[in-house]
Amino acid sequence: MTDMKIGAYVCQGCGLGERLDTKALTMVAQKEGKAHVVREHEFLCNSQGVAMIQKDIDEGVNRVVIGACSRRAKAEAFTFENVAVARVNLREQVIWSQPPTDEARELTQEMAADYIRMGCAEAKKIVAPTPNAAHGTNKRILVVGGGVTGMTAALESARAGYEVLLVEKAPALGGYMASLYKRVPSREPFADPQPTDIEALVAAVSKDPKITVHLNSRTTRTSGAPGQFSVDITAESGPTRTENVGAIVMATGFTPYDASRLPEFGYGKSPNILDQAGLEALARSAAAKGEPMRRPSDGKEVQSVAFIQCAGQRDASGTHLKYCSGHCCNTSMKQAMYFKAQNPNIDTAIIYTDLRTPGNGEDFYRSAQTKGVIFTKGKVQSVAVNGDGSASVHFHDLILDDKAAVMKDVDLVVLATGQVPNSGVNIDIPPDATDVPVTEAGKVQSVSVLNLTYRQGPDVPQLKYGFTDSHFICFPYETRRTGIYTAGPVRRPMDITQAVEDATGAALKAIQAVENAGLGRAAHPRSGDLSFPTFRREGCTQCKRCTVECPFGAIDEDEQRYPQFNEGRCRRCGTCMGACPVRVISFENYSVDSVGSQIKAVDVPDEFSEKPRILLLACENDAYPALDMAGVSGHTSSAFVRTIPVRCLGSVNMIWITDALNSGYDGVMLMGCKHGDDYQCHFVKGSELASYRMSKIDDTLQNLNLEKDRVRVLEVAISDIARVPQFINEYAEKIQEIGMSPFKGF
Amino acid sequence: MSDLNTSMVEQYRNNFLKEVEANVEGGTWVKMCMQCGVCSGSCPLGPAWEHPPQELFMMIRAGKREEVLKSESMWMCTSCYNCIVRCPRELPITHIMHGLANYAHRLGLAPKMNPTRRFAKMFWNNLVKSGRVNEIELSVGLYFMDGFKTGVARAWAMKDIGLGMLKTGRLNPFGFLTHKGCKDKRGIHRMLKKAREIEDRRKGLAA
Amino acid sequence: MARKEYSFYPGCSSERLTSASNYMVSVESMCKKLDVQLNEIPDWNCCGASIGYAEGGELPRHVMNARNLAISEQVNKGQDVVATCAACWLGAKETKDRLAHDSDLLAETNEALREAGMNLQYKGEQEVRHMVEVLIEDLGYDELKKPVVKPLEGIKFAGYVGCQTNRPFGIAGESFENPKYLDKLVEIVGGEPVEKYDQKVTCCGGALAFSEPEKSQAQIKKIIESAYDHGADMIVTPCPVCQMNVEVYQGQINKRYGTKFNIPVTYYSQLMTVAYGGTAKEAGLNGQIIRAQRLEEIAAKR
Repeated sequence: MTDMKIGAYVCQGCGLGERLDTKALTMVAQKEGKAHVVREHEFLCNSQGVAMIQKDIDEGVNRVVIGACSRRAKAEAFTFENVAVARVNLREQVIWSQPPTDEARELTQEMAADYIRMGCAEAKKIVAPTPNAAHGTNKRILVVGGGVTGMTAALESARAGYEVLLVEKAPALGGYMASLYKRVPSREPFADPQPTDIEALVAAVSKDPKITVHLNSRTTRTSGAPGQFSVDITAESGPTRTENVGAIVMATGFTPYDASRLPEFGYGKSPNILDQAGLEALARSAAAKGEPMRRPSDGKEVQSVAFIQCAGQRDASGTHLKYCSGHCCNTSMKQAMYFKAQNPNIDTAIIYTDLRTPGNGEDFYRSAQTKGVIFTKGKVQSVAVNGDGSASVHFHDLILDDKAAVMKDVDLVVLATGQVPNSGVNIDIPPDATDVPVTEAGKVQSVSVLNLTYRQGPDVPQLKYGFTDSHFICFPYETRRTGIYTAGPVRRPMDITQAVEDATGAALKAIQAVENAGLGRAAHPRSGDLSFPTFRREGCTQCKRCTVECPFGAIDEDEQRYPQFNEGRCRRCGTCMGACPVRVISFENYSVDSVGSQIKAVDVPDEFSEKPRILLLACENDAYPALDMAGVSGHTSSAFVRTIPVRCLGSVNMIWITDALNSGYDGVMLMGCKHGDDYQCHFVKGSELASYRMSKIDDTLQNLNLEKDRVRVLEVAISDIARVPQFINEYAEKIQEIGMSPFKGF
Repeated sequence: MSDLNTSMVEQYRNNFLKEVEANVEGGTWVKMCMQCGVCSGSCPLGPAWEHPPQELFMMIRAGKREEVLKSESMWMCTSCYNCIVRCPRELPITHIMHGLANYAHRLGLAPKMNPTRRFAKMFWNNLVKSGRVNEIELSVGLYFMDGFKTGVARAWAMKDIGLGMLKTGRLNPFGFLTHKGCKDKRGIHRMLKKAREIEDRRKGLAA
Repeated sequence: MARKEYSFYPGCSSERLTSASNYMVSVESMCKKLDVQLNEIPDWNCCGASIGYAEGGELPRHVMNARNLAISEQVNKGQDVVATCAACWLGAKETKDRLAHDSDLLAETNEALREAGMNLQYKGEQEVRHMVEVLIEDLGYDELKKPVVKPLEGIKFAGYVGCQTNRPFGIAGESFENPKYLDKLVEIVGGEPVEKYDQKVTCCGGALAFSEPEKSQAQIKKIIESAYDHGADMIVTPCPVCQMNVEVYQGQINKRYGTKFNIPVTYYSQLMTVAYGGTAKEAGLNGQIIRAQRLEEIAAKR
């Protein structure tokens, strides 16, 4: 490696020149930061400023420190080929976070000087990343599942110019949709059931030259990474072939909840009690024969039908599905309309507790009412089967509060059971577990879909109720396996319209994944990032924490039980780096050292200065932007805080905390995203792991004989613009109250 | 009950909703209610209704014919139209309540002693007589509708108001004699008789 | 010729020696000052009011209103029908609305109408307007302000809009929940509107003041209480039923609830007549059971 040569540049634009002594800052960079070249500029991001820096680079500068605005601004202007850049946020988080008064001037300047020191320290520890040499370049997309979701994903990918492999376990394409008589309308005026047009979709897929369909087949082994997956496709009673693909869309759909678990609703006691799938079959066969729908028990023409919503769904007792499957209200209305179309005098009643009609369902609901479908708000208690084949539905009428309401002599009863996702094995439940809750047990699938060879298990992780995990706000199609995207009811309960939209989104994501992989870059959320983690083999103790904690299953083990990083699967969050107790994992531009040296670079005044120092480690996805925007919005906060952005709280290594406390910081704050079932962490598990790790900090504090409040972990969202400075100020007050750290000056 | 009622029961069998759709003003809207309850929450006399509009709609759909038609509830309607303007489904709720009350009254099922029913009947008969309302006759009629004795007591209780109205020239003590009403009384009577005939024919209420 | 001319439907309560005769007196004075001519519909009949539903039914009520409108079409050609009473306006407007959208009902109505004299046929040619619409839409607030010679300075008015001039049709451009036109009219005549009066569209009980006095008086109490709470000196309203119910039951409410209500309840037309320089008599102030003393004082000023 050539000699390190640092150039430090301080901008005077945007008010920095008026609020700060920029000359003094360049002196700090020179004397303390050991910068070789220091310069001030009145407008650093303009072409002259950038040209000035480039000239220095051409003359040998290979590390650049920019003292200007936030790293979130002017990223393009301040990017230089093959040169590592440390951004010092003097604008948003120094001058804009401090009052523009004469009294505040001294502390503002001290803040800026510290950040310059930190920037120089960071510059010394980072290099510009180079792409992973082992990246894959396969751009073919594998779609698992040949229903409406899978077929749509396949067609969308093919139309965008990508080769597609479509694997379907059944002997024909079509999935559940092919079993429907008609579908809930997708077009104006949303008034009547609509033909599914599934045949046209199957035909389009079958004749598309870019799509290869494998029927009667399963994916029996999947290994590799984006751009270089290797998949075994095994035909039923046939050969196995190995194919290479760049990304995978998993569209394995759902199975209707088993209605035989609902004996209280008479299922199984009479053929006149059906689930929604059963009614579709009845309607299809009647239509095929050109006959009216008849009662299965005796062929009597149907005169009355009761639809029971939420049958075995939204069940708080823990016996059945806890969730709402979303499509069933619209589906029951559609099925009631089958009867109204046959004969408007057929009585159709839908018994519901809450009618939920997503999409344009409100129009459809109104149409059903216009056609005379009766809606009754009630909770069904039981269904009794009468001797003549009819049924009586006993329910609690919730409007009239009549607990003994009855619908008598109903010819057919249709149970709106829910969707159970076909998501494969739940890798969080050990195979030999015995204490699996009943609700889960009913749905736990023992057959894997993808048969991943990943260390963490054969299928993609699930969030709740068996649905695959994805970031529900920002990245709905991303699973926790990079390059594998789920779409349709395997991801969350949904109807056809939503599944088609999902399929399109997932196809787009798969395309992005193969394109990024082809360039050796990260997929979301650090899209385009070239850095990836490496580890120092000789220091590794084979503790396996990185392989266990990686939220994305990127790390396997090699034959010698050392971690084996699959760079293509990595999202670059640094959770492995935060986990490593011996600190051997690092990125070229982000490491335990690059942050640790910033912490140590801060000038910590002595105990009697009344100038405490608080370290704030802020998640770059939410907390750090919120801090920037707080500055933009004119919220001021304590001048004693020194903020370092981190890729994710998951990347925070405990050594940073103990180092900070040992070197005399009076407090440490961590700001990250919400975790739990409705997490907002961009790396899914990062903030949760951080909070788990920090829950053990008390012991450390006790060993150091320090107060518990010296460390505070906070959940913030990007919208907490006014709250973030408030949190800082409250904590600064708390630190005043506890008093200065006894570790200063050691 | 009346013959009319019996024939309606026969005609519509178990389908009270159909009966309401055919015979009650605004009845075809009943099926469109989505049970949000905004009407009930908006009614000024809401707490006085045994079954607020939302419930009445549900009861009609559930075929609770007797309970609905014998109810005092819709007689609590003050015609304030809050429910109409707030109903997200734009049901003409006020008119449906009027329609239900009128239908129950026609069938002879409405509560006999309900004061609003009695006042409404008296009001209509009063206005029909001359084509215009005779206020003194109406108020005195109202007080004495339950006989002379209670009438005197009621009139006594209202005497301050009555005196006030008299003194300010807003009540005509000789209105019994001097109220003239419309000139074409006979025409109006014929017209109303015809209107009633047409309506009864349409609704199958002709006796 | 007057600058505006309308076919006028006064209604039963506006006749001489009836409950809203004072309203009528003030409307006549106000219109005179504004140079608006009202041509009474000859031999008009009762609108049936809302409460007529129980005995009257649907078609008879529409026929009653259609008769008035048909006479107007025949006699007061080319003029809008104007009503001052909320119930009259609503009844006529409802009929016009229904008949415009239901050709069967229209045919039935005309079939019945033939039985009446004057060889009537309802065609739906004329608009049905409330006097307030005439004021604010045809004349406009600026025009209404011009004749003000005695601004009602220092008097605070709670603008009680009530139900039927407000719902279901209402005045164009106003919200059902917080209509502002009455407050604006108060401002124009120099009075001070109680902006935060939160019972301005509360129902007074309407006809149920007769049949369900307790329930109605609970409503009326709320309406008056809020006016007092917000510092009102008087209540002003566009509706004869509102005026009567809120004014005349104050004594009974005081007895029932131990309150000491004694607040005058006036019509917008009375305010305007006084502000335009009319006498107390011209403004019908002698028709107030609870005297509107401060208005009388201003009217008496020279």
